[in-house]
Amino acid sequence: MRFAIGLLTILAIASIIGTVLKQNEPYTNYAFEFGQFWFLLFEKLGLYDVYHSGWFLTILAFLVLSTSLCIVRNGPGFLKEMKAYREKASDTSLSLMSHSVELDGEVEPEAVRERLQAQGFSVKEHQREDGSRVLAAKKGAANKLGYFFAHIAMVVICIGGLMDGNLPLKLGEMSGRVVPETRNVPQSQIPAQSRLSAGNLSYRGNVTIAENRSADVVFLNAGKGYLVQELPFAVTLKQFHVDYYSNGMPKLFASDIVVTDKATGKETKATVKVNHPLVVDGVAIYQASFGDGGSPLELDAWNLAQPQLAPVAIKGVSQAAQPLRANGQAYTLEFGDLKVYNVENMAKTGMDGDKTLAQRMNDARSVKHEKALQNVGPSITYKLRDGQGQAHEYHQYMAPIMQEGASYQISGVRRQVSEPFQYLRLPLDDELSIKRFMRLNAALATPALYDEVARRTADKAMQGGAISPEMRAQFESSVKWVLARFSEGGFPALENFLDERVPQDKRQAVAQTYVKILQGTVGDLMAVADSRAGVAPLAAEQNSYRFLLDSLVASSALHDYGAPVYLQLVGFDQVQASGLQLTRSPGKNLVYLGSLLLVIGIILMFYVREIRVWLVFRPGRLRLAMTSNRHNRDLDRDFDRERDALETLIREQP
Amino acid sequence: MSSTYRLAAQPGFWRSLDLRDWAYALFVLVVCAGAFYQYDHFMDVYEEAILAGSALSLVALGWFWKPWRWYFPLSGVTSLLAIQVYEHDLARAQSAFLLKYMLSSQSSIMWMCTLFVLATGVYWAGLLTRSATLQRMGSGLTWAACVMGLAGLGTRWYESYLIGADVGHIPVSNLYEVFVLFCLVTALMYLYYEAKFAARQMGAFVLLIISAAVVFIVWYAFDRQAHEIQPLIPALQSWWMKIHVPANFVGYGAFAIAAMLGAAELMAMRGWLAGKLPPMEVMDEVMYKVIAVGFLFFTIATVLGAMWAADAWGGYWSWDPKETWALIVWLNYAAWLHMRLVKGWRGAPLAWWAVVGLFITTFAFIGVNMFLSGLHSYGGL
Ligand code: HEM
Repeated sequence: MRFAIGLLTILAIASIIGTVLKQNEPYTNYAFEFGQFWFLLFEKLGLYDVYHSGWFLTILAFLVLSTSLCIVRNGPGFLKEMKAYREKASDTSLSLMSHSVELDGEVEPEAVRERLQAQGFSVKEHQREDGSRVLAAKKGAANKLGYFFAHIAMVVICIGGLMDGNLPLKLGEMSGRVVPETRNVPQSQIPAQSRLSAGNLSYRGNVTIAENRSADVVFLNAGKGYLVQELPFAVTLKQFHVDYYSNGMPKLFASDIVVTDKATGKETKATVKVNHPLVVDGVAIYQASFGDGGSPLELDAWNLAQPQLAPVAIKGVSQAAQPLRANGQAYTLEFGDLKVYNVENMAKTGMDGDKTLAQRMNDARSVKHEKALQNVGPSITYKLRDGQGQAHEYHQYMAPIMQEGASYQISGVRRQVSEPFQYLRLPLDDELSIKRFMRLNAALATPALYDEVARRTADKAMQGGAISPEMRAQFESSVKWVLARFSEGGFPALENFLDERVPQDKRQAVAQTYVKILQGTVGDLMAVADSRAGVAPLAAEQNSYRFLLDSLVASSALHDYGAPVYLQLVGFDQVQASGLQLTRSPGKNLVYLGSLLLVIGIILMFYVREIRVWLVFRPGRLRLAMTSNRHNRDLDRDFDRERDALETLIREQP
Repeated sequence: MSSTYRLAAQPGFWRSLDLRDWAYALFVLVVCAGAFYQYDHFMDVYEEAILAGSALSLVALGWFWKPWRWYFPLSGVTSLLAIQVYEHDLARAQSAFLLKYMLSSQSSIMWMCTLFVLATGVYWAGLLTRSATLQRMGSGLTWAACVMGLAGLGTRWYESYLIGADVGHIPVSNLYEVFVLFCLVTALMYLYYEAKFAARQMGAFVLLIISAAVVFIVWYAFDRQAHEIQPLIPALQSWWMKIHVPANFVGYGAFAIAAMLGAAELMAMRGWLAGKLPPMEVMDEVMYKVIAVGFLFFTIATVLGAMWAADAWGGYWSWDPKETWALIVWLNYAAWLHMRLVKGWRGAPLAWWAVVGLFITTFAFIGVNMFLSGLHSYGGL
């Protein structure tokens, strides 16, 4: 027992470690987190998969053994005790019981027997040699059965668990018969030593299947690598469904699948959903995850280094990489996931501190909060990697997104996966296209246009009386200078110039002048670009002005974009993938049986009270003794009641 | 002669039922039959079986624990009243007077919170002044809090359907809802033992832990808006949830009561509050009984959880942190019970252990959600 408690304590501590340390992560993560020394030590101790480590399983086995031994050792005694009435108990032992009393008087033994039986006792009579009679009665012997049930249950559950555990696999790995695969190679090229046959008794593995594709293996995590488990059938994903609630939370994940038996060709069609697995030949198929299954994409590539060029249409497939040449350089374009549905909270998050008490009370009373949730449409992520292997990551939304009354094309960029995306907003024209912005951006990068733009701006300035004729030439050259600077590096370029050349006390004023010039001239730039392209000019209205200012901001930000091309998602053909988990767990029924036994055992142990009663009848005297498996107030009460009853009976005796 | 003697024996179970027991049973059956006729076409076979099972369990509960015979109908009627006043329009929660200040689920729950805190104060006043009247008031307030709590949960269930037919679900699906459940279950279990052992002094201690939960609920609602009703993600769309979660909370509630009694017992041993606490044997016995009940329900809950996991996650046991901590809690109380039953331990060691057990249980209940990630990560803070 002490040994068992010790083992249980170790087990509990091990379990705690297993919950604190994330289990079954890729080994590189651990090495990164702990450093080489600890990583190796922890690996030796099996801490990355505590629950399947040799020592953990050994402790479990010892517990099973010790509990079995306990059953074997206590069992026979318990059974004997259960059956026994102990009617031969001596007077001394009866009088020593804590609930024992001797009464003066006599009663009819038959009446007592009747009463006991009416209360559910079974009674045995014994005639002693000294002539006295003993009635020994017992009730609730099932309490002892509870001990058997609960402890046998432990053994049964552990055996079931061991059957479903990966002990055979561990042994195989230790003997070198099974070797986990660590390379990332196509499934068909994985060697036999990393494959498990369909006859394997128990396994739990995952596979991701794209729509209209099939799989006949699953992958099992195995320490540093993985193993391939053959299935007795092939699973084909016909279609994957996701439904969302109006607030954007997922509501349904379901896969329409067809399971084709390899031996007989028999087909089983079914839809598996979360909480509704399909069981075929003892193998259960679960909906585990979902994602993009490699969707064909269409994109427009805008050359940012030569913005005068028209966009080039390119094709790609999500989750795949392809080469890209731009401006004589070779890049790799690595597409991530296509997400068709993006729900964002568009409400401005007001600071909580601003709320009045009344508002807070209202909030606390209401179980539904209006959120400005909106599906902002499809998006794609991709990385653009240059010849040196450096990459920026991009997040492109496909549809125009309204912000404060104007529409934008939104794209995010970041240098590191750990950073948040920085979002760039390209303003859209009346046709919700980025063409006009791109035209302006191109004009900005065309110094040949500056003369005309400067002339137009100067004309306007003269008309407005802002400058005098003598100042015109100098004004025009300022305009051209600001345009040139801006086109080189956006606002930061102007700022740099200020920091380097202008005394601190003048910077503010000069900066304002530059901004004024830019704002004054950007409309003319647009007009020149439009007339060159043969497009109707921008209407002179408030929205247009906002468009122009947004364009300046966007154009400036594009200098920081880090890519030679701007890729705009213009079309896709969604192919989804479903992550299925397949398990075979023959021990499950044993575990359930054990659980049932356990619950029954606990109920019997705690809620069936074993009570024993002895009555010794001799001339003129009557002894009453009672015991129970639990000494508590219930027994006090029962004892008092029996004694009172007997006393009443004695008094009524004629 | 022998007839008098036999009469003194305990009457059989059926004969012990009185008119009120039958009236209560009739009430439950009529209500369930009504629900059946009105909603049968929405139910599948399982749901019909569950409705029948619930009716029988409710009757059994009322017969076993008499106060339930008025408590449950009263809470139910309060919920039904709220539903009437709603007139199928959720917005009336902010306009209809009765809903705004009393009966909308949030108002009910806030009343529950207030009443629990009041009850705590009154129980303590009663304990310190040895006033039986104050302690009776404490009981009364606790009962009132329980009525508001159960009514609030019932109303919340209905409100979830007002938000959307596909959103509706039983309110045991997130940390906020289960905290309300925890207060309710703990208080009800306590009230049972309080009456059975005529020891109202225990209330001062048990209500302390309930008040702590109340503080959390209020913070969670006001600061985090956690009371908003959210639809169920696919993994939670399961019948198992309806039994697994409440069964777990009978366990947690029981362990919490045991810990508070353990604390009271330890104080009594040091002579604190001398003469004001219930007898040590009483606390000892209640502590044992409540752990036994908690252990049974916790076992059932864990088994049901395993069966649910087998449906939802592809395996009955995944060594997910929550599962593992449930096992640790379970082993802890199994060891406690072994020590008492096999080794015959009593008194201080078990009292300390029960107190420590609460920390383990609390970690399994909230700590796991806060500090560890896993499959169970539905109720993050
Ligand atoms: C389900 C809850 C359990 C209850 C209520 C329970 C109850 C008992 C009882 C009443 C005994 C005493 C038998 C006697 O009188 O000697 C006992 C002994 C024992 N139990 Fe449990 N048990 C439970 C679970 C477990 C578990 C989980 C284990 C370990 C995996 C375990 C292992 C043992 C061992 C090793 C003994 C000692 C046998 C001996 O050395 O005499 N039990 N238990």
